[in-house]
Amino acid sequence: MLKKEQFKNAVKMNNIEKYFGKVAALKGVNFEVGVNEVVGLIGDNGAGKSTLIKIITGVFPPTNGEIYIRDKKVSLKSYNVKQAYKLGVEAVFQDKSLGEKQDLWRNFFIGRQITNRWGFIKVREEKEIAQKIMFDMIGFRGAGITAESKVNKLSGGERQGIAIGRAMYFDADLIILDEPTSALSLQEVQKVLNFVRKIKESGRACIYISHILPDVYEISDKFIILDRGKIVATMKKSEVTLKKLSEFMLKYARAK
Amino acid sequence: MKHLKLFLSKVVKIEGLTIIGVFIALMILFIMTAPHVFTGYRIYMSFLQTVPPLLILALGLTLVITAGEMDLSFSAIIAFSGFIFCYIFRTFGTPWLAFILALSSGALVGLVNGWMVAIIGIPSIMATLAAQFFWNGLTILLSGGLSWNIKEIKPYFIHTLFVGRIGGLVPAQSLWAVAMAVFLWFILNRHTFGEHILFIGDNKEVAKVMGVNVISTKIKLFVFMGIISAFAGVLLTLEMINFWTTQGSGLLLPTIAAVFIGGTSIAGGYGTIIGSFFGAYIVGSLEAGVVASGIGGYWTRLVTGLVMAASVSLNIILNREQVEGIKEKIKETILIKKGGE
Repeated sequence: MLKKEQFKNAVKMNNIEKYFGKVAALKGVNFEVGVNEVVGLIGDNGAGKSTLIKIITGVFPPTNGEIYIRDKKVSLKSYNVKQAYKLGVEAVFQDKSLGEKQDLWRNFFIGRQITNRWGFIKVREEKEIAQKIMFDMIGFRGAGITAESKVNKLSGGERQGIAIGRAMYFDADLIILDEPTSALSLQEVQKVLNFVRKIKESGRACIYISHILPDVYEISDKFIILDRGKIVATMKKSEVTLKKLSEFMLKYARAK
Repeated sequence: MKHLKLFLSKVVKIEGLTIIGVFIALMILFIMTAPHVFTGYRIYMSFLQTVPPLLILALGLTLVITAGEMDLSFSAIIAFSGFIFCYIFRTFGTPWLAFILALSSGALVGLVNGWMVAIIGIPSIMATLAAQFFWNGLTILLSGGLSWNIKEIKPYFIHTLFVGRIGGLVPAQSLWAVAMAVFLWFILNRHTFGEHILFIGDNKEVAKVMGVNVISTKIKLFVFMGIISAFAGVLLTLEMINFWTTQGSGLLLPTIAAVFIGGTSIAGGYGTIIGSFFGAYIVGSLEAGVVASGIGGYWTRLVTGLVMAASVSLNIILNREQVEGIKEKIKETILIKKGGE
């Protein structure tokens, strides 16, 4: 499933501004996420992280600015969630990604089922692919869990893994993870981080949003720190230690 | 212990098995208490004749409840579509036109329901309750409150096709009901429409994020339910060769009871067609069973309540998600006992 690097940046944003009425949620935001790069997006509550993510995934357009996906400028007028899917941008939201009482294989294909011409689902085919995604693509190791298990049998980390695997299968170049490890046990966090490593290994890009600095630090190649709608720092992992990053973040917390 | 666990976890995975067990137990009970009635074939033929309308309604309602919605208007659709059927047949003498227009009238009621629920956003239990009064009222107005006899329809093919006696014995409607059950099982479990229903009932937000058109699916669902109800209405009217203005009202609560006895979850996201099938036969056979057992017709409702409470409890206890919890409890009890000794 390794992909060729046909483009430099999975996403690039130029001078993005977003106003809600007169309130500026984002001001002059510039950043890019390269292929094969995991970018940690850090910031306190209200820093503008989710606004930024919603702009990237096409939920609403920015007030000003330019968005490039796969190095091509997108028209802000026609950009929406469906267009984002087509361009290979997928987001995994913590609670909104899986149907709790449904079989896993159904969760992989909901909204994009493999069917015959009458709309009947090709169950065996879907199950086989689901099984492949779980075990080959994301290296799933849940005990006794198969494509026919229900979602509510899975742990929080495993759920994130399933949603990540689904995004990878549907050819996402950029996978956005919104707070994937909050409310997980340490062991579960490691599982999620392993899934994120799989994203990178397969030649995809990832934006990883979290409050939990040690997790972000462990997995990311680059950090973008947002504060009150502005990017206040962009650092490479080689330029900073976890301790320095934490101190830096604390300074902003105090400055409020 | 291990074998028991394995056995339990496998058994509860078979759809509707609990309720099939309840059904068989009930039949055995009736055979024991009223052998003179329940060892002959006549009583079963009478079930095959009377249960299908209730059964078909329960099957449709299963889809609605699985989507996390409710429909209380189907009893009015039974009356309304029955009236349309009789009116068209008596006016034009064309049974097939009457049939098509009767189904269309059900679709129309469903469309209005779907519009109220999915677009205006009225909770379905309120929207369809209002619809029940409205369409029932309209039926009474249009029919002048009278019942209409259509015994002229007996020689027509439509009568033989839907409610004739196969081999002079088996009521055709029972086969239509089985066909409907098979069809709806595939719709719910193997069709994209059914999968969308499952996810909408499970979590609307997830369905939306994953690209399911929640609004159009819900409208389609209510239209579908309307057509199914109208079909049940036509079967009932044909069987009775008569239309009367309150012909659906007795079916409202028994149908809902059949769906819940079958094990479909009121919370949405899980529905069982097989369960509703047997649920309907349980509800439909209780009255005859209770009366024949000699404890008197007054007991029917009480027994229905008991059976419903027992089935729903059994379903919850044997529910897949809860098997784990039960295993834990068994373990705990064993540990406590050992500790006590």
